[in-house]
Amino acid sequence: MAIAAISTPFGTGGIAVIRISGGDALQIADSIFAGSKKLHELPPNTGAVGKIVDPACGQKIDEAVALVFKAPHSYTGEDVVEISCHGGVVVANQVLRAAIDAGARLANPGEFTKTAFLNGKIDLLKAEGVIDIINAKTNLAAKAALAVKGGAISKKCEKIKENLVAIAAHLCAWADFPEEDIAQVEFDALLNSVEENKTLLQAILQTAQAGKLLKNGVQTVIIGKPNSGKSSLMNALAGFDKSIVTDIAGTTRDVVTEEVNIGGIVLHLADTAGIRQTEDKIEQIGVKRAKNEVKTAQLCLCVFDSSLELTAEDDTVLQQAADENAIFILNKSDLPQKLDEKRLQSYNKPVVKISAKTGKGLGQLKDEIIKICNIGNIDPGAGIIANERQFCAVQNACTELEQAAQTLKNGYTFDAVTVNVESAVDSLMELSGERASEEIVDAVFHSFCVGK
Amino acid sequence: MGTKTSKIYDVAVIGAGHAGIEAGLAAARLGAKTAVFTINMDAVGNCPCNPSIGGTAKGHLVREIDALGGEMGKTTDQCFIQSRMLNRGKGPAVHSLRAQIDRREYADIMKRKLEKQENLELRQAEITDIEQKDGVWLLQTRNGMIYESKTVVIATGTFLGGRIFIGEVSYESGPDGIFPARFLGVALKKLGLPLRRFKTGTPARVLRRSINLDVLEPQPGDTPPEPFSYETEDLGDNKADCYISYTNDITKEIILKNIHRSAMYSGKIEGVGPRYCPSIEDKIVRFADKPRHQLFIEPCGMNTEEMYLQGMSSSLPEEVQIEFYRSIKGLENAHITRPAYAIEYDCVDPTAMFATLEFKTLQGLYGAGQFNGSSGYEEAAAQGLVAGINAARQAQGKEQIVFERANSYIGTLIDDLVTKGCSDPYRMMTSRSEYRLILRQDNADERLTPLGFELGLITPERYEKFKKSAEQKANEIKRAEKTVLQPTEELNKIIVSRETSPVEQPVRLADLLRRPQLSYDDLTAVDITRPSLPKRIFEQAEIEIKYEGYIKKQQEAVARAKKLEQKQLPQTTDYSQIKGLRLEAQEKLNKIKPQNIGQASRVSGVTPADVSVLLIWLSSRK
Repeated sequence: MAIAAISTPFGTGGIAVIRISGGDALQIADSIFAGSKKLHELPPNTGAVGKIVDPACGQKIDEAVALVFKAPHSYTGEDVVEISCHGGVVVANQVLRAAIDAGARLANPGEFTKTAFLNGKIDLLKAEGVIDIINAKTNLAAKAALAVKGGAISKKCEKIKENLVAIAAHLCAWADFPEEDIAQVEFDALLNSVEENKTLLQAILQTAQAGKLLKNGVQTVIIGKPNSGKSSLMNALAGFDKSIVTDIAGTTRDVVTEEVNIGGIVLHLADTAGIRQTEDKIEQIGVKRAKNEVKTAQLCLCVFDSSLELTAEDDTVLQQAADENAIFILNKSDLPQKLDEKRLQSYNKPVVKISAKTGKGLGQLKDEIIKICNIGNIDPGAGIIANERQFCAVQNACTELEQAAQTLKNGYTFDAVTVNVESAVDSLMELSGERASEEIVDAVFHSFCVGK
Repeated sequence: MGTKTSKIYDVAVIGAGHAGIEAGLAAARLGAKTAVFTINMDAVGNCPCNPSIGGTAKGHLVREIDALGGEMGKTTDQCFIQSRMLNRGKGPAVHSLRAQIDRREYADIMKRKLEKQENLELRQAEITDIEQKDGVWLLQTRNGMIYESKTVVIATGTFLGGRIFIGEVSYESGPDGIFPARFLGVALKKLGLPLRRFKTGTPARVLRRSINLDVLEPQPGDTPPEPFSYETEDLGDNKADCYISYTNDITKEIILKNIHRSAMYSGKIEGVGPRYCPSIEDKIVRFADKPRHQLFIEPCGMNTEEMYLQGMSSSLPEEVQIEFYRSIKGLENAHITRPAYAIEYDCVDPTAMFATLEFKTLQGLYGAGQFNGSSGYEEAAAQGLVAGINAARQAQGKEQIVFERANSYIGTLIDDLVTKGCSDPYRMMTSRSEYRLILRQDNADERLTPLGFELGLITPERYEKFKKSAEQKANEIKRAEKTVLQPTEELNKIIVSRETSPVEQPVRLADLLRRPQLSYDDLTAVDITRPSLPKRIFEQAEIEIKYEGYIKKQQEAVARAKKLEQKQLPQTTDYSQIKGLRLEAQEKLNKIKPQNIGQASRVSGVTPADVSVLLIWLSSRK
């Protein structure tokens, strides 16, 4: 199965490179790349200009250049396509998403390098270099492991692992020694302990997620009907006039982006065209883009004009945001209020009254943003899962326990549950490096960032 | 040395217990000229401990042996007294068959099978010396005969340097009063084999008519009982019950008062006992807060009054045994026919062997059974089969066979022994297999019979029969996926009666079977297109439909693990020369000489980082 990842550093840049590697890399690339020639017909080490389209709907994502390398003469030793598209997180992610939708798998950290190594692309000299790296990494890893070991998360994981080992041991003893008077494994007790430990792992993941947000920032979109004050809010948050603000509805037609720092967390803000039915072709595209932004964003700031009653356009906004991580902002609190607040409250989202014009309520909005990103209680120096591999290990353990609980609730026998509990233990052992497993090489190469 | 016979055997097996029997039969059936030596012709196939075959995970082994054409399952069926499928309700992965057997009949049947086997010569002789000359193994008997063989399987069980302990008394002996192998151990040490002492034990046998069975809880067999062998068509009915009783405070008091007189606690025994089969004094000391321990009273046969007290092995003096056994309900007037004893014996560190069960440093020499550090008849038979196959194949110049963890409990057992070693007698358990949901006792034939056929241990007729039933199962699964049942009142009545939610739309039979609450039996009335097939086929189809997700998950795990198993490590590797390996890993790897990266990763003391270094080293050699 082909693997794909963004190979350029995270964040904004002139261009971003999405690399696809594997036996069917060319077919996958062809199904998302529309150029003058099919990529699999190109000679090796050449490229083509074209556009990237969403394989599902055929919609154009970006203009791009695709470079074709054929096995074994590529970085990984497999067929490789490198797609250079416009920089920035959103577009690159969309291209990556398209590649995945077309059949690629998201590459694990360091997987390209690992593949290169396993395919013998790294020669003896380089391999020795890698051994040196590994030796160095072992020392570092030892230090990191120690740091993690001393840390709160590692202690928590250790405790959870012990709990799970106890559960698994009881299940095994009960099955292996049916005539030895081993205490019956009770359904309720088993389900309870599985759920309890799952909750503990979820809490760790939440912290880790927040840690990730701290590091990478939050994709945030501002939506609302025309003239509700989205651009004013953007400017108020950015501290300068980025978006053009007029009282003409539909002033912002394309997506305007800015990064702002809210209490230590970076918001990648996108101001969008006001959502409304319009005959204006350009504005229509803007509205469509705005809706797309909502889908990819991690946080939605929905702006309503509180001096007016809710309209059909507001309803569209509500519809868009109903299932998203959203904050409802009632702008223009400096004017007489007409909006039916109760209706908004029924969506169970935080509601904040502000005046983007006077700046009133902005502090409260910032507090809500910090709260909703769940970073309020985080000490960036401690208790954050160190890297992606560890995050994956905890996540796998958590998924196994979720499956265990589901299997139990569905009424399956305990032997199946035992398999899940043991897999969860394996994942947690991998976290602390106690287990030799088939994922070992991945662990070694994890220090290469995704995409390399 | 003494008189040589003119014949050179392909395979010589030392010992005719459960390991020796399977080794000898497999080798002879593969066309190897085979000799089997037993210290006593009346001890062939003896069951010196429990009169039963199978049990958790052990039942899996018996089914696997049978799927490969071995005899243990068939013989068990031929002399069974009663049988039960243990762990019903705990899930298909841990279902395990166990049968009570007539132990004398079992031994007789096995002896006759050896006697009648073409290519096999069974002979009473104590082997006292062994050496290798010009690529041929020479075996000398106590009576001065010398036999030559290309390969040898050592299957000495508890006979090698056997010593019995009953309280303060101890003497050289094999099990059941048969004399031990006193001299062979010296010869094996001379060959450089790493021998050590293990111990095991057995409870007393008690006269049936001295037990008050009326006050005890009987334990009948399953109705109908299920056979072990895929070839057994009609097993017949259960013939007798077992009984359950419990120790009490008085038992505990007697044992604790005399604990210093137990051979185990007085320090007389140097051998390491099994953790999983402790003596009653061990249980009472280790689990001090347990008010009582369960015991099972099992018939030793249909032509004897002797009964076996499972769970009550001991090495206390005989007079103490009489006292504590009689403190147990139902045993107040028990007449002990044979006292409990502990037995200590020589065995080898199994890490000195390849997964083929051949010694790494001694070509043509194999080990099997308790000699390899395992415990139990079934574990022994499984290894015997593998050692017999490989010894025969070596003599015939054929490639050696390694059983995989992913494919069998046999493979798991042997991999554990030769890779991790064992510090006490190794007992098979379902929890030792990471692939439990695919290595089930119900599908042993699917996993192994094709291999058995390929090797030449399964007849074409049996193979055809197997293929037919595999096909029937596959077709039945297909039918269940295709068959659509209408949401009739009748169907919903059944569904609701099994406490699961009714259907409103037409539903596939397979989707109903996926519900843990529903079985084929429940749906008989509404499943009108159901073909007439053996019950076993439906059971297997149902398991595979119900546990499809889990089976797939485990198959993926197998595929992942296989990648590392396929990365072969040269046997000539000097691990001390590999840069980056930690010292401990270098030493352990030099000792075990793993066949591949997968096995290397299971060696204790080898860390993930070491395995990475090995992977890099391997790829850089290409």
